[in-house]
Amino acid sequence: MSRYSAWAVFKNGLSGQKSWERAWRDPEPKTHYDIVIVGAGLHGLATAYYLAKNHGLKNIAVVEKGWLGGGNAGRNTTIVRSNYMMPGNRQFYEHSLELWEELSHELNYNVMFSQRSHVSLLHSPAARDAAARRYNTMRLTGSDGELWSLETLKSEIPHLNYDNARFPIIGAAVQKRAGSARHDAVAWGYARAADQLGVDILQNCEVTSVTRDADKATSIETSRGTIKADKIGFAVAGNTSRLWQMAGLGRLPIETHKLQAFVSEPLKPLLDQVVVFGVGGAHFYISQSDKGGMVFGGDLDWYKSYAQRGNLPIVQDVAECATSIMPCLGRVRLLRHWSGVMDMSMDGSAFICKTPINNLYLNAGWNYGGFKASPASGWYFADLIANDRPHDTIAHMDIKRFERGVMIDERGAGPDPKLHG
Amino acid sequence: MIRINCPFCGERDHSEFTYGGDATIVYPALDASIEEWHDAVYLRENIRGMQSETWHHVSGCRMWLVIERDTMTHEIQSVRPAHDAIAKALETEQ
Ligand SMILES: Cc1cc2nc3c(=O)[nH]c(=O)nc-3n(C[C@H](O)[C@H](O)[C@H](O)COP(=O)(O)OP(=O)(O)OC[C@H]3O[C@@H](n4cnc5c(N)ncnc54)[C@H](O)[C@@H]3O)c2cc1C
Ligand SMILES: [Zn+2]
Repeated sequence: MSRYSAWAVFKNGLSGQKSWERAWRDPEPKTHYDIVIVGAGLHGLATAYYLAKNHGLKNIAVVEKGWLGGGNAGRNTTIVRSNYMMPGNRQFYEHSLELWEELSHELNYNVMFSQRSHVSLLHSPAARDAAARRYNTMRLTGSDGELWSLETLKSEIPHLNYDNARFPIIGAAVQKRAGSARHDAVAWGYARAADQLGVDILQNCEVTSVTRDADKATSIETSRGTIKADKIGFAVAGNTSRLWQMAGLGRLPIETHKLQAFVSEPLKPLLDQVVVFGVGGAHFYISQSDKGGMVFGGDLDWYKSYAQRGNLPIVQDVAECATSIMPCLGRVRLLRHWSGVMDMSMDGSAFICKTPINNLYLNAGWNYGGFKASPASGWYFADLIANDRPHDTIAHMDIKRFERGVMIDERGAGPDPKLHG
Repeated sequence: MIRINCPFCGERDHSEFTYGGDATIVYPALDASIEEWHDAVYLRENIRGMQSETWHHVSGCRMWLVIERDTMTHEIQSVRPAHDAIAKALETEQ
């Protein structure tokens, strides 16, 4: 299959752009694969890619109930950052950010990764102290981070609400290497690159049950027939508990909640960075897409739900946050809003781990921060599946950590999934 | 908007309420084993479909309620006070 390049664009231009090949095949399911990954979101696709690329494995399938990238992969607000502090998260997200920096080259696909800075607004001396601790930890562990004074912030982002805000802004914590990427392109890029390495991506292929022989999972039933597998990996985000129960494994430290996102009509360039506002009960994050739309979001819908459909009180909350922090958005019209179902975990951190079934592996618990995690998540999940042991970096990303009393709770919110972010 | 029929206040918008969580969780005795406590605090069925859950009418009567709600369609099947004694008292009154 051909590589994308400036030359290919030119050449295809001569034939009216009609000779491009399909980006990935649409194969019929085989009856047996060495490895089956369930879920063609970013994590599943990235896992398949790294299994083939880093570990040279073959005979791999990704099965997806809908279309690839139709879940949270195509629904998120695309913020990429590594400003995590807890041991267990710090190194993992830093590795992810490093993978992002090379991703377009790695995949031969422009994922439009834009390191435009992630700017967290600060509203009190206590918040500034907490940010100083976090961002110093980041600097001491090989990442970047800085604190901006109010003057710097005003000159960089002049149109925030500096005059009349209910919570006056006193500065910002900034990670300059952070930013955003085109979510669809990441899904398509991983899908195409995995396909080129021989991975079968099977869409419209819903897993309906998992067949077990004692402590081994032998096959899955799907809407496209029975598929036998030597190893199976789950990467199904908000549907994790359902797959877990299909495998007869009972309960998990996960609840499914939904999160909404919003995009406005396109505007001329207005905001060069990702801006985050969080104080009191408010939580809001915003950036501008390359098409000009303001892309933003806020909190969860606050009750457990599997419906990919948002509620109106959150629309109001988010709109209030928007106009309180960027009053200039007051008359901008909303173009679309939607929601996705999140695998919210008990401490707000993820799971990449083995399970009570020997040849079954779990990738879940991404809360609403799994977009940025995609490259590293695929990288370490592939490493786990290939080598059948967790890499040191993900040693604590297992579902047993609560039994050991090891919480990776960045927010310090306690065991209530809806309170994490 | 989900509309919740509070037994004390009548039908109200869900934004007046706070979602608690899975109402089937029963905490074990204080001196129960660490495993039992672990399971009660951390593990969830996470049902897709009809689930029993607690809600607090925080901007109304401030009573805790147990609601049966479908987590896929948001349809509500029943609402009752969370405290058994209050639920019973309400029943005899009606
Ligand atoms: C509104 C919103 C905003 C977000 N914003 C951000 C952000 O700014 N930054 C960030 O880092 N993260 C963000 N996230 C989180 C991020 O999108 C997710 O954590 C991440 O996409 C989850 O991994 P995934 O892409 O593999 O999931 P998904 O894309 O949801 O993939 C899971 C796939 O599994 C499939 N599946 C489910 N059940 C079955 C079955 N039975 N058989 C076969 N297939 C099945 C689904 O159809 C789905 O395609 C946001 C999420 C949402 C919803
Ligand atoms: Zn009431």
